[in-house]
Amino acid sequence: MSPQKPLSRVVEAMPPSGIRKFFDLAQTMTGVITLGVGEPDFPTPWGVRESAIHALTRGATTYTGNSGLLELRELICADLEARHGLTYRPADECLVTSGVSEGLDLALRALLNPGDEVIVPEPSYVAYQPCVAFAGGVPVPVPADPAQGYRLDAERIAAAVTPRTKAVLFGSPSNPTGAAQSAEDLTALAALAAREDFWLVSDEIYDRLTYTGTHTSTAAVEGAWERTVLLNGFSKSYAMTGWRVGYVCAPEPVAALMHRIHQYTMLCAPHVSQVAAIEALKSADPDVTEMVADYDRRRRLFVKGLDELGLTCPEPGGAFYAFPSIRSSGLSSQDFAEQLLEEQKVAVVPGDVFGPSGEGHVRCSYATALPLLEQALERMGRFLEARR
Amino acid sequence: MHEILTVLESDARATPERIAALTGIPEDEVRAAIAGWEADGVIRRYKTVVDRDRLGDTRVTAFVDVTVAPERGRGFDDVAERIARFREIRAVHLVSGAQDLRVEVEGSSMKEVADFVAQKLSGVDRVTATSTHFLLRRYKDDGQLLIDPEPDQRLSVMP
Ligand SMILES: Cc1ncc(COP(=O)(O)O)c(C=O)c1O
Repeated sequence: MSPQKPLSRVVEAMPPSGIRKFFDLAQTMTGVITLGVGEPDFPTPWGVRESAIHALTRGATTYTGNSGLLELRELICADLEARHGLTYRPADECLVTSGVSEGLDLALRALLNPGDEVIVPEPSYVAYQPCVAFAGGVPVPVPADPAQGYRLDAERIAAAVTPRTKAVLFGSPSNPTGAAQSAEDLTALAALAAREDFWLVSDEIYDRLTYTGTHTSTAAVEGAWERTVLLNGFSKSYAMTGWRVGYVCAPEPVAALMHRIHQYTMLCAPHVSQVAAIEALKSADPDVTEMVADYDRRRRLFVKGLDELGLTCPEPGGAFYAFPSIRSSGLSSQDFAEQLLEEQKVAVVPGDVFGPSGEGHVRCSYATALPLLEQALERMGRFLEARR
Repeated sequence: MHEILTVLESDARATPERIAALTGIPEDEVRAAIAGWEADGVIRRYKTVVDRDRLGDTRVTAFVDVTVAPERGRGFDDVAERIARFREIRAVHLVSGAQDLRVEVEGSSMKEVADFVAQKLSGVDRVTATSTHFLLRRYKDDGQLLIDPEPDQRLSVMP
């Protein structure tokens, strides 16, 4: 007899990622130009890879301490201090994780009791709401306004606050909109958090990839540090997605709980990747600067090209995504993405996978070589032309 | 403004219109800046990087370290300039270390390069010694990798 007892109800109730369907479809086709990828098209800077190869020859094949290599935590804290003026103790306020993905899970599990609500501004990164639910919480999506550049509006958030509100979870710069939040809006949010006593879980994985201004770290605004869990990592800035290394920084009491979960569920982030991360912080900033300059050129050209096609979007200030409105096509975002892929072999991600408020938009990643971006724009032009 | 040069250095054929789209600098300012640099000699010329091995080009290159007895009051400049004027010479650099000049010589065969070094280069006034290294294979030239690019291993749609 096969097992009869129900599997996890929480997990079963969670629909699989909407991105999966597109992935499966795109996989069966050749000649696809993909703007659907949420990772850099650059390989990891060579100096970082060399250091990892060397580390392997020297035996970096073991577990490290649960918190991660001390040298790495010291470099992370020094970097946060230098760039954002943040002070975290490497010893007990910084934990090296297997990517921001793990950090996100740890943060939510450490913060939430069953039924606690977490406000998630939408459109949001696909993992936020499922991770809240997996940790026993209740995600409360709050749509952001495209007309206001998807800014975090404390008033809109305030309207969704209840006595059960435990945290607001958001990313800046944002996947999928590219919106980078201003110091003023973050300050207003921090004031609301203090007044209503909730946490800020701030995913800043794209913090180095900003184009129109400098990044404001949530923990750096007035009154925010003591109620912020800061998530960051090496995947995007240093083009290190496959290494699975990131970090969380938080005040000691919550960091201690995250450490406890991590100790039992992950033991440690990959040793060799931690060595690579050390090298990244020590020597790869010039590589990052070059990549950022390159993304910025593509961003300008691509956003202008979209605009000329009537696919308008607020100027994305960070990350490597544009989130244009496709309403002028008269199609739903699923239909748009599906037909564009089938007819013109351009893969984009339908906006509704980032929440219902993403409907009417598609996410395009410009972490794509310039000639391909230009071809993709041409193909999108033909696609729209055929529908006039 | 240096953004303009960054674009041109990677694609000498980029038009002012394209450079404007990439940098956000207005097209007429791009044109004016380029014209200014061309006039000042900041932009020397527009070149194409050719992978000669792939082309099947059999020309031969050698790096030659040249020791020079410097001239009173003129240092190495006179000798370096005289050497630089030879058609066979592709590059001349004054370097630190045991030798003084490092030059790049090109010819259609090893014999031609060897003859040039023996008869012309070493005969230039004040050249006291030469040491020749023939180039066997180029892996990177002018900042351009000449080995095969790494395959893109990313999946086509990812969160
Ligand atoms: C906003 C955001 N957070 C987290 C992640 C996952 O990052 P990591 O590779 O560090 O797990 C991504 C990757 O797409 C992302 O876009």
